[in-house]
Amino acid sequence: MQTKVENNKAWFLVLPVFLIVAFSAIIPLMTVVNYSVQDIFDPSTRYFVGTEWFQQVMLDSRLHDALLRQFIYSFTVLAIEIPLGICVALMMPTKGKGASLALILVAIPLLIPWNVVGTIWQIFGRADIGLFGAFMSYIGVDYNYASNPTDAWLTVVLMDVWHWTPLVALLCYSGLRAIPEVYYQAARIDRASRWAVFRYIQLPKLTNVLIIGVLLRFMDSFMIYTEPFVLTGGGPGSSTTFLSQALVQQAIGQFDLGPAAAFSLVYFLIILLVCWVFYTTIMNMQKDK
Amino acid sequence: MTPSNTQAPVHSTAERKARHAQWRGRFGLVLYIVLLLLPIYWLINMSFKTNTEILSGLSFFPDNFTLENYAKIFGDATWYMGYVNSIFYVSMNMVISLLVALPAAYAFSRYKFIGDKHMFFWLLSNRMAPPAVFLLPFFQLYSSVGLFDTHIAVALAHCLFNVPLAVWILEGFMSGVPREIDETAYIDGYTFPRFFVRIFIPLIRSGIGVTAFFCFMFSWVELLLARTLTSVDAKPIAAIMTRTVSASGMDWGLLAAAGVLTIIPGMLVIYFVRNHVAKGFALGRV
Amino acid sequence: MAWMSWTLPTALFFIGIAAILVSMTVWQILSPCVERRGFLPLATTRGDRLFIGLLSSAFIHLAFVALTNVSIAIATVLCAVWMIILMRWG
Repeated sequence: MQTKVENNKAWFLVLPVFLIVAFSAIIPLMTVVNYSVQDIFDPSTRYFVGTEWFQQVMLDSRLHDALLRQFIYSFTVLAIEIPLGICVALMMPTKGKGASLALILVAIPLLIPWNVVGTIWQIFGRADIGLFGAFMSYIGVDYNYASNPTDAWLTVVLMDVWHWTPLVALLCYSGLRAIPEVYYQAARIDRASRWAVFRYIQLPKLTNVLIIGVLLRFMDSFMIYTEPFVLTGGGPGSSTTFLSQALVQQAIGQFDLGPAAAFSLVYFLIILLVCWVFYTTIMNMQKDK
Repeated sequence: MTPSNTQAPVHSTAERKARHAQWRGRFGLVLYIVLLLLPIYWLINMSFKTNTEILSGLSFFPDNFTLENYAKIFGDATWYMGYVNSIFYVSMNMVISLLVALPAAYAFSRYKFIGDKHMFFWLLSNRMAPPAVFLLPFFQLYSSVGLFDTHIAVALAHCLFNVPLAVWILEGFMSGVPREIDETAYIDGYTFPRFFVRIFIPLIRSGIGVTAFFCFMFSWVELLLARTLTSVDAKPIAAIMTRTVSASGMDWGLLAAAGVLTIIPGMLVIYFVRNHVAKGFALGRV
Repeated sequence: MAWMSWTLPTALFFIGIAAILVSMTVWQILSPCVERRGFLPLATTRGDRLFIGLLSSAFIHLAFVALTNVSIAIATVLCAVWMIILMRWG
C-alpha cells in the first residue's frame, strides 16, 4: 500500500457525498429516534413514553422468532451460495466467446427486479401452472409452498440461491482471473493435483473477494424483504416472516409508529455491530498482507 | 526435438485427466446455466400464452402463440409509463451517484484527513442498513420538502445505498493508479480539476463503467423505497405490476409479460459492460 | 421540522453526540493521536474507541431495558464509567 498524504482539504471533495447521504440517512435516523420514545396518534397529539417501546420490542416473542428465523435463513443461504458460487466460478471458461456468453447468462438473475424474482418463483413453484411445482408433484412429493411451512422455506431458500449465487460466482470468477498463468505452470511442473491447485493457489487468491461476497450476501440476506413478500407474504402463518417484513407489517400494516421505530433502532444496531465486526476483520486482513 | 519415449505416456495421462476435468466442468456449467434459465424460460413461455391456456395445463411451448399480453402493456399509458419512470429515476440516480462519488473516492484513495476511516465506515454502514428501517421517515421527509411522487425523490433515496457502493468501488480502482501520475501532472502545471477530468478519469474509465453498472443494477431492482415514495406520476413498473391481481383472480399472462419486459433493460446493460464485468465484480480489489 | 416530532430528551441526545464529535475533531487537531494497543484485542485510535464505546453503551442500555426494571439512569452511569475505562486503557 502506498502512503497517503495528510491533507484536510480533502474534506471538500468528500463534502458532496456527505451531504447527499446525510440527507437520506441522518435526518430519517433522527426521526426514527424521536418516534421511538413517543406514543404518536397524530403530529399534534403525542406523548413521551421513555423506553416503554424498547422494552415491549425487546420482549416481543414474535420478534425473537423473526430474528432467529433471520439468522437461520442468512446462514443457510450463505452455506449453500458460497461453495456453489466457487464451483461455478471454477467451471467457467476463461477465454473466448464462451467466456462472455457464460458471464452474461450467469449474471441475468442479478438484474431482475426483486419483486419479479418473487413473481417468477411464485409461478414456477405452483403445482398447477409452474414447472417446479409440477415436477415435485410428478415425483410424488406433496408440495405446496403456500400452505406447508417446510415447502415455503425450501422455495424461499431455493429462490435466494437461484437469485444470488451468480453474485458469488462472478466475484470468485474475477478473483480467479487475477491469478497469473505462471502459478498454474509451476503447479503443472510439480504435477500438483487438482485439489492442491485449488487449495494452495486458487483459494488464497480468493480470500479477498470471498470476504466481500460473504459481507454483501450476509447483509443483503439480512434485510431481504421483497422476494419472500411476493412469494409467500411471510406465510404460511409467520413461518417465512423475516425481520424486514415484521418491521414493515408493524409500521405500515398496524401503523404503530412508536414500536416500529424502536424495532427499527434495535434492528439497525444489530446490523451496525455485524457490519463493524466484518469491516474491522477485512481491514486487519488487508493490513497484514 | 521430439519428446523422449519415457516421458510421453506420463504426459498424455495427465493431459487426458485434465481434458476429462475440463469436460466435466463444461457439463456442470451447462447444467447450472440450464437450471438457472429454466424459471426465466417459464416466464417467457407464459407471457406468450392466453390465460385460459396457462390455467388449462403445462406445456413447454405456447399452443396458441399470442402477443396479446404485450399489446396490452404497450397500448396502455399507465403500463408503459411505468417503464419510462423506472428508467428515468435509475438514470438520474446513476448520474448523481457518479458525480458525487468520483471526487470523494479520489480523496479517500489519495489523502489522509481527520475522520477519514470513520467516514468510510459510516458510508458503508448505510449500504448495509435495511431500507425498511427508513421507510416511514423517508415518506415524511420527502413529503415535507415537496418531492413526494417525483423521480428525483426516488433517485435521491436510492443514493443512500448507491453512493456508498460507488465510493467503495471507485476507491478500489483509483488505488490501483500509481500516485506518480498525479504528481507528474501537478508538476506539469495541471490544476486539480483539469488533471481530474483530462487525465485521471480516462485512466479509470472501466471502473466508472462498472460503477455505473452497479448503480443501475441496485436502483433498477429495488422496489420497497421506490414504491413508498411514489403514487402516480413517478410510479415504477415494479409497483404497477401488482395491478394484475384483481377481484377476478390473477392475470398470469399479463404479469409474465410485464416481468419479461423488466428483464430486458438489465440484459442490455450487462451486454455493454461484459468485458469489464469480470474485473468490476472484484470491486477493483483483487 | 414539525413532522420530525422532536422531544427535549432526544434533542439533547443528538446535541450531545454532535458536541462529542466536534470536540473529538478539535482534540485531534490540537494533539493528533496515534494508533495503540490497549486491553482490546486490536489496535485502535481514539475515534475507534469512542465508536466501540458508544455502540456497546447502546447494547448495555438495551439489555437493561429488556432484562431489568431498574431505572435507565443506572445504565447510563455504568456506561459512562465503561466509556472512561475504554478511552483511557482500551
